[in-house]
Amino acid sequence: MSVITDHEPTSLRKKLALRGIDGVTLLLLPSVIFVLAIFIYPFFYGLMLSFTPIREGGMFANYIAFFSDPYLYNTIGATLRLAVPVTLLCVAFAVPVAMRVRLMKHQRLLTTILVLPITLGTVLVAQGMLNYLGPQGWFSRTLMLLHIVDSPVKLTNNYWGVFLSLVVTVFPFTFLLTLSYVTGIDPGLEKAAATHGASAWQRFRHVMLPLLVPGLAIAFCLTFVQAFAVFPSAVLLGAPSGPTRVISIAAAQAAFEQYDFTMASAIAMIMGVVQLCIVLLVLVIRNLFYRGATSGGKG
Amino acid sequence: MQLASMPFNEIRLEKMSRAFGALNALREISLSIKKGEFIALLGPSGCGKSTALNCIAGLLSTTGGGIFIDDKRIDQFKPEDRGFGMVFQNYALFPHMSVRKNIGFGLKMRGRPQSEIDTKVEEAIKLVRLQGHADKLPGQLSGGQQQRVAIARAIVIEPPLVLMDEPLSNLDAKLRLEMRAEIRRIHNQMKATTIYVTHDQDEALSLADRIVVLRDGQIRQVGTPHELYEKPAHLDVAEFMGFRNRFAGKVVSRDGDRATVSAGSFSVSGTVVGDLQPGASAVLAGRPDDVLLADGVTGGVPVTVEAIEYRGREYVGIARTADGVEIIFHADRAPDVGSAVNLSIDPARALVFAA
Repeated sequence: MSVITDHEPTSLRKKLALRGIDGVTLLLLPSVIFVLAIFIYPFFYGLMLSFTPIREGGMFANYIAFFSDPYLYNTIGATLRLAVPVTLLCVAFAVPVAMRVRLMKHQRLLTTILVLPITLGTVLVAQGMLNYLGPQGWFSRTLMLLHIVDSPVKLTNNYWGVFLSLVVTVFPFTFLLTLSYVTGIDPGLEKAAATHGASAWQRFRHVMLPLLVPGLAIAFCLTFVQAFAVFPSAVLLGAPSGPTRVISIAAAQAAFEQYDFTMASAIAMIMGVVQLCIVLLVLVIRNLFYRGATSGGKG
Repeated sequence: MQLASMPFNEIRLEKMSRAFGALNALREISLSIKKGEFIALLGPSGCGKSTALNCIAGLLSTTGGGIFIDDKRIDQFKPEDRGFGMVFQNYALFPHMSVRKNIGFGLKMRGRPQSEIDTKVEEAIKLVRLQGHADKLPGQLSGGQQQRVAIARAIVIEPPLVLMDEPLSNLDAKLRLEMRAEIRRIHNQMKATTIYVTHDQDEALSLADRIVVLRDGQIRQVGTPHELYEKPAHLDVAEFMGFRNRFAGKVVSRDGDRATVSAGSFSVSGTVVGDLQPGASAVLAGRPDDVLLADGVTGGVPVTVEAIEYRGREYVGIARTADGVEIIFHADRAPDVGSAVNLSIDPARALVFAA
């Protein structure tokens, strides 16, 4: 070691290395500053803001107000009633589609079609669906033309309108995540299961599914967080003062109708805590399952 | 676990073919495998041996011909309905299942009672000597142990046929020798009918009852290891059996099964394979250990020594003739690199093939 200290370190990198700091790590600095300025600081600013209410009643006044007004606290339930079924449906649907797509030759084409809604943005999708699913839209007209229904199906300005538009906007994301997990499983394992007598369902049930659980849990969490933050479609396609009065609407009203940014911040914090609780719950459940390599040996 | 109780006599491949578009990966492979036999499919990469194995397993569909167990045609069966066991090159153990569950997988899928599964798995664990590892996950085992699990998983279901796809190719040299002996021991004990795919002639020679040499999707030769080693029927089979020295030329004379081939500036004699008359183009092939230094003898092959390696008991040298043909030879002393020496080939051990 004395040999090294005898020499005068020439570059900054060497000087840092001698103190056990890898100079390349400094490349992280711009992104750290960015995250601090754009995420961490606003988060804590909002957190502090929520504890300095405009209304009377001490620092917890906003939170007390939220949880004592059914018109406000019911938004949690309304959002969960949308987000949880949408997430479950998307994950449940993404698995079989991904299982099939992974075997397809024109995988990229299908993936592109499925991913297109992501690029369109939620507002455009909501607008499109409003026209398509509305009382004068193609969907109802076609059903009426075929005499399947007599009057237009009500799929807008209610729960199902928001539900459908959420599925359309969120599913591609869930699908892409799921596809990457499904294709990450060594195809040799399915072959091994087949040669040892497992039917298609048994192969899925005993080999694929257990190895997919950790990935599906992550897909669930990320999809859920997206669905929970539903806003444009809840306003455009839903009943924003009724069953689809989701928590983000309550926050927006507090901020931009009542100009109470402290209340809006408090609602945003509550929203974050609810999301966090669900995500933690899913991750705890995930830990009960096998997590590890998804290949069957040396590759 | 007695496979002898399985009621069948032979497995037959009848003109089994597989084409990938215009490429014929397998061309009319016909082979009859007797119960209890250990067959090695030997060939260079791309010869179709893995395709053949996958077709037999049902993981690939055939595009012609049939596969039969006695008189029952099975090539339309799904892999899970064929009831074979398979050992994969990369083991393909289920990473989320313990050794015990991996081995018991096939029995569980067949809906056997748990008590039967437990007993059979326990026997299989003993057979592959993995006592004490039964509750570990595959990731906690070494490569050799993982391959033992894969073998146990394949044979615990007492399949009529065990398929092995280069099972030793991922192991290091020492472990490969150990596992080779292990596979032989398990086969001797179980007498499971086995098809073993390999590109390593040593593995094929030491394990198999019969070797099937494949090339370009066709069977080149079928025979016992001894037959293939001593009497390869084709030049490419001979190459696979270690005949690394080749002299192309013309047959100048023939005496019984002995022929002399003139290869440019020198002549060499060998044993004729097939029918060759004087004047025909031929290739004489010899193993390096049959090519020796011919001290003081005239009439050998004059060469210049290019390199010498010490191999413990003897030396292995590379030399070149005046015509540029490379010869690998064995010697009990080390001639100087660059020196001119004479090499002789034992005519009884060298083979002459039609070119």
